[in-house]
Amino acid sequence: MFKEEELEKISEARLKHEEEVKKTVQKYPERKSTFTTGGGVPVERLYTPENIKDLDYTEDLGFPGDYPYTRGVQPTMYRGRFWTMRQYAGYASAEESNERYKYLLQQGQTGLSVAFDLPTQIGYDSDHPMAQGEVGKVGVAIDSLEDMEILFDGIPLDKVSTSMTINAPASILLAMYIAVGEKQNVPADKLSGTIQNDILKEYIARGTYIFPPKPSMRLITDIFEFCSKHVPKWNTISISGYHIREAGSTAVQEVAFTLADGIAYVEAAVKKGLDPNVFGRRLSFFFNSHNDFLEEIAKFRAARRLWAKIMRERFGVTNADAQKLRFHTQTAGCTLTAQQPENNIIRVTIQALAAVLGGTQSLHTNSFDEALALPTEESVRIALRTQQIIAYESGVTSTVDPLAGSYYLEWLTNEIERRAQEYIDKIDEMGGMLVAIEKGYVQQQIQDSAYAYQRAIEKGEQIVVGVNKFQIEEKGTSRKILRVDPSMAEKQITRLKALKESRDNVKVKEALEEIRKAAKDESANIMPKILEAVKVYATLGEICDVLREEFGEYRESIIL
Amino acid sequence: MDERKIRVIVAKPGLDGHDRGAKVVARALRDAGMEIIYTGLRQTPEQIVATAIQEDADAIGLSILSGAHEHYFREVIELLKKRGAEDIIVFGGGVIPDDDVPVLKQMGVKAVFGPGTPTPKVIEWLQEAVQERRAKEHV
Repeated sequence: MFKEEELEKISEARLKHEEEVKKTVQKYPERKSTFTTGGGVPVERLYTPENIKDLDYTEDLGFPGDYPYTRGVQPTMYRGRFWTMRQYAGYASAEESNERYKYLLQQGQTGLSVAFDLPTQIGYDSDHPMAQGEVGKVGVAIDSLEDMEILFDGIPLDKVSTSMTINAPASILLAMYIAVGEKQNVPADKLSGTIQNDILKEYIARGTYIFPPKPSMRLITDIFEFCSKHVPKWNTISISGYHIREAGSTAVQEVAFTLADGIAYVEAAVKKGLDPNVFGRRLSFFFNSHNDFLEEIAKFRAARRLWAKIMRERFGVTNADAQKLRFHTQTAGCTLTAQQPENNIIRVTIQALAAVLGGTQSLHTNSFDEALALPTEESVRIALRTQQIIAYESGVTSTVDPLAGSYYLEWLTNEIERRAQEYIDKIDEMGGMLVAIEKGYVQQQIQDSAYAYQRAIEKGEQIVVGVNKFQIEEKGTSRKILRVDPSMAEKQITRLKALKESRDNVKVKEALEEIRKAAKDESANIMPKILEAVKVYATLGEICDVLREEFGEYRESIIL
Repeated sequence: MDERKIRVIVAKPGLDGHDRGAKVVARALRDAGMEIIYTGLRQTPEQIVATAIQEDADAIGLSILSGAHEHYFREVIELLKKRGAEDIIVFGGGVIPDDDVPVLKQMGVKAVFGPGTPTPKVIEWLQEAVQERRAKEHV
């Protein structure tokens, strides 16, 4: 980007400048001997054109909407329309959640994001012994299509886009959503939304796996194939770095492991005979926005460029939409402190701003009280308002990728890409992500980072305001927190029992046997059979039980 | 003083998959010279208690971030009583509202460590608690 002559001039001037700085530093030493990003990338005092002398504008940055999409996936970005403000929410019962969704839509939220309770995520009905104590706790309990009908009652599915955080049983929840659409007379090809459907990061970091990797990958590619034909506007997967980061990874590891997961999915689908130019358009991503403001912005830009190269160079993808890394962002839950929780509002603001400057397509801002309990209505509203203030008041949305060209930011974007590529190469050498997970390599890397971070806090090398510096005496505050009504589980179980008595159980049995047959036949697509089963009100637990019998269950390899 | 190594079960009961805290604490305890058995995810209270008894553990640490803490602490403590092992120290951490701590303590949970707790605090507390427990053993 710079002429040789110009660079020489800068170099000379810099040396002179540095001589002067040396004197200053001798008199007034800097705060630390070395500076690094939150993720441990060494940071210099100053960046100049020399640090990005090899940067080629059209090749490395290009224009927004053009390969390699460093500057964004759309040409007008937020001048056209803001990101989707999508708060993750789900409250105990389908009725309550339905009310909350309607409230959020009224408040100006533009998309829904469904949180399911853990039994639903792990394929147990509410009356299963393993579900005891967990029903309705971290999200809504869905046992059958009946619950899903209540959940979306009065919400027109052709008007909203819905993101569902569901992985191992993603096929079943997607099938239920399609079935609810049918009842509303909304055909499947008009539905838009996302299922998380990213099982690899469940093994790595999030923990809601059910089946072993091989059949899990098959369920995922079955969804890719089914949706390409029948639900073309649906994002069939949300390849997630969020939880990898929450588990303690660095920014570089987040990019590397997420894209390596992405590579594994693309490889599996290609192996099945699917065209990456087609299913590639419906792959979406999910990242974390952490504390180091500029590192996070650089991370999003680096991820976009690296994925575009992977799709084009590694998989020969020519379709532009299939090269674009579109992503959802959530601010980093692990940075929220239980101490002086109001400070979290500021943390979330900075993190949200990084996501916006990094070009996110949708955003969830955490509520300030989430280190204490599930968020209240008030705290959720503040979190949503934070996004709205960035969108409508801050001015950062008026021009596309405003920080491009910053010497530091461009250098850091390159550096994150380079370091992430090194990890990807290493994982390739090991035989791919499935092998790397099996060996515990990925988990170990993340845990080492998590432990190093904890040690840094305890040694005071890493300051967390209000936790290891600027503490105040806090009374055991009885703050208003959200509680789940304990009678909720009983009600849910009663409803489930009534359903099992009133539905046509012969049809249910037949439908479940059809699923079993499809599960045994690897060349079949299991998705249509699941759709038939949910329509006759087979429960999530019943369907997962059949699949457990056929596929077996995953056992975690314990790494410490 | 009793020189046997302190043995601790660090467990994730139920369906909650958030294991960063449990693993960091487990590693810190191990680095402090304790013997740690980390159970991994999805343990039932029965499994946890059985492991603790079988391993002759001094303490069980439960990590719960799903809001199901009351249920799991109660189950574990009741099972320990049933098996005559109520002298095993039960402590825990996770996202546990302040207001719930008295209820847990009443149940017999000896300490609850919330987010932001420095690991040395857990280590010191555990060393003391185990010494006390062993002192009782010798009476």
